[in-house]
Amino acid sequence: MTDASISGPAAKPRPNTSGSLLELDKGTRRRNAAEKRFRAYGMAAVGIGLIFLLVLLFTIVRNGVPAFTQTFIELPVTLSEAKLDKSGNRDIEEIKKVTTFGYGGLINSALETTLSDAGIASPFEKASELSKLISSSAAAQIRDYVLTHPDDIGKTVTFEVLASSRVDGYEKGRVTRVALLNDKNLDAEHLDVADQMKEAGVLKRRFNWDFILGADASESRPEQAGIGVSMLGSLFMMLVVLVLSLPIGVAASVYLEEFAPKNWFTDIIEVNISNLAAVPSIVFGILGLAVFIQFIELPQSAPLVGGLVLTLMTLPTIIISTRASLKAVPPSIRDAALGVGASKMQSVFHHVLPLAMPGILTGTILGLAQALGETAPLLLIGMVGYIASNYPDGIASGFLDPNSAMPAQIYEWAKRADPAYYERAWGGIIILLVFLMTMNIIAIILRRRFERRW
Amino acid sequence: MYDSPTLETKLNTKNIKIAADNVQVYYGETHAIKDVSVQIQDKTVTAFIGPSGCGKSTFLRTLNRMNDTIDICRVQGNILLDGENIYDPRVDPVQLRAKVGMVFQKPNPFPKSIYDNVAYGPRIHGMSKSKADLDQIVETALRRGAIWDEVKDRLHAPGTGLSGGQQQRLCIARAVATEPEVLLMDEPCSALDPIATGQVEELIDELREDYSVVIVTHSMQQAARVSQKTAFFHLGNLVEYGDTSQIFTNPVDPRTESYITGRIG
Repeated sequence: MTDASISGPAAKPRPNTSGSLLELDKGTRRRNAAEKRFRAYGMAAVGIGLIFLLVLLFTIVRNGVPAFTQTFIELPVTLSEAKLDKSGNRDIEEIKKVTTFGYGGLINSALETTLSDAGIASPFEKASELSKLISSSAAAQIRDYVLTHPDDIGKTVTFEVLASSRVDGYEKGRVTRVALLNDKNLDAEHLDVADQMKEAGVLKRRFNWDFILGADASESRPEQAGIGVSMLGSLFMMLVVLVLSLPIGVAASVYLEEFAPKNWFTDIIEVNISNLAAVPSIVFGILGLAVFIQFIELPQSAPLVGGLVLTLMTLPTIIISTRASLKAVPPSIRDAALGVGASKMQSVFHHVLPLAMPGILTGTILGLAQALGETAPLLLIGMVGYIASNYPDGIASGFLDPNSAMPAQIYEWAKRADPAYYERAWGGIIILLVFLMTMNIIAIILRRRFERRW
Repeated sequence: MYDSPTLETKLNTKNIKIAADNVQVYYGETHAIKDVSVQIQDKTVTAFIGPSGCGKSTFLRTLNRMNDTIDICRVQGNILLDGENIYDPRVDPVQLRAKVGMVFQKPNPFPKSIYDNVAYGPRIHGMSKSKADLDQIVETALRRGAIWDEVKDRLHAPGTGLSGGQQQRLCIARAVATEPEVLLMDEPCSALDPIATGQVEELIDELREDYSVVIVTHSMQQAARVSQKTAFFHLGNLVEYGDTSQIFTNPVDPRTESYITGRIG
């Protein structure tokens, strides 16, 4: 009813009494100045953010990119029958008896021939000194080759073996001659030889797929370490997270949003879900340790357990974003469905859920991305397994086998003493970031693609 | 509460589609509808008029139990549809809403094709046995909604791409597709321009032949144009109910007169 009484408003002083519109009065000038200041603050804030982002990206790329290349030495090794297969009957079992130590001599003599072929004079008296140029993985590499190709014994086969991490560091500018004064692993003379080998084209630096696809390696041979196996671990965990958290999260949010009565109990649940999203991830880690490993006695270091813990952590994120996107579906759509005689469930599953889907998927992908980068809970449940052999020979092949995860692997590398591992940690971060960026881009594309107007 | 329809009521309700008896509606503590009794006739357009917040939309929504979706809403009293109490605990509101269709204030087509919008109701109620059957139902409904000629060439275009007036007629077609017995319309023209309003009003007049139509409207001219019966609500009370001509020319209650002449509301 609009029959409101009209009380005479008190005459107010008019704001601009000075007259001309062409001149700014005092108040307007002050307001404009305040607005300008505010814009400047905003721009400064955004600018600072951008600068930090650029610094971060620049540092990551500068420190991480060298990890993707590795120095290799071409080595023609004579697979001497006298040393590898004394009886000469090519019996695999007998060949297996020669351990990697037995291959040391072969490598030494191969190095000597390589140097003399290239016309490089060795500054060392003992031939074994030269082998410091080469990664200790070389012997295993040659032995593996011999075991798979026993017929090649007696021939000369050219191998591309990894240079030792110090030589690799020298090639990448990380190791200097001065630094080697205190280093027992390599001497400056080695670097002279390496320089000459590089000129002769025996020593090369090239892209190293094994960093992306390979397994971890021991503390003493960083040149061999790769992130591949932990990538597999992360993949298994993400599968567990996706399979568990998407249905549970969506079911919980649909129930809470569409069906549950609004009372103090659902209010408490709602508040607690929001709180759970803010619980430090390490708390979930210790919960997982207590429940899944100590109580249910699932194996340690298993991607299944990691996935379960990360599911607990991701669920609140998914529930919150799903509920937000369900809320964003206009109630008129629900009314329309109910109005033609659809049941509550039909209205939700035929109309509301499809409309909320882009939001749900975006939330899920972002939740997964968050879970992919999570380290702390994994440390507590032992998802830092040291797996030095790659799939399919390795044991990192299933949901219950010990494994590592990408962020945990990066953390492990960053902890190790050798600076070569430091470089690999940065390289691992680049790979992790590529994954996260891909997931975010997929989320953006999904959102754009399925965005609907109503 | 209500036990069983008495013989007397049955005899009286020969021509009466919906009989509301002492209906009270509460939103939490607020008493929104006070003691409303009204008898809505079959094959008639009944208009609910009254100032904003008087409860006419609320009362309309009790007629197909759309208020059930609001947690804090409580309804007391009896509403009989063909002599059966729709608030009987045995009644499934979903079944009821198939009989009592509804058109809303804002056109709300599903973000699907025009065809799917209309076909949705018949599909979930299993009204068609074959694709051809369904096509026929959709065509009939769209013709009834007086929109067939405009959309017959683009049945698979999204319903949300139509103009506001077309969308509302599509919603009406969607509502009649399930062949309800009563059609409730909650200010169906408030979002439409005068031309679209005219089309919808014509449509309402045609629908009267098959349905009992209840329309909530803010426009008294509209009520006068389309309805045969008018109910005037004020502050949750049903002030006056009678033939439209009588309400607009010779109202009994002074409040009705004040509203119609523009002194309140």
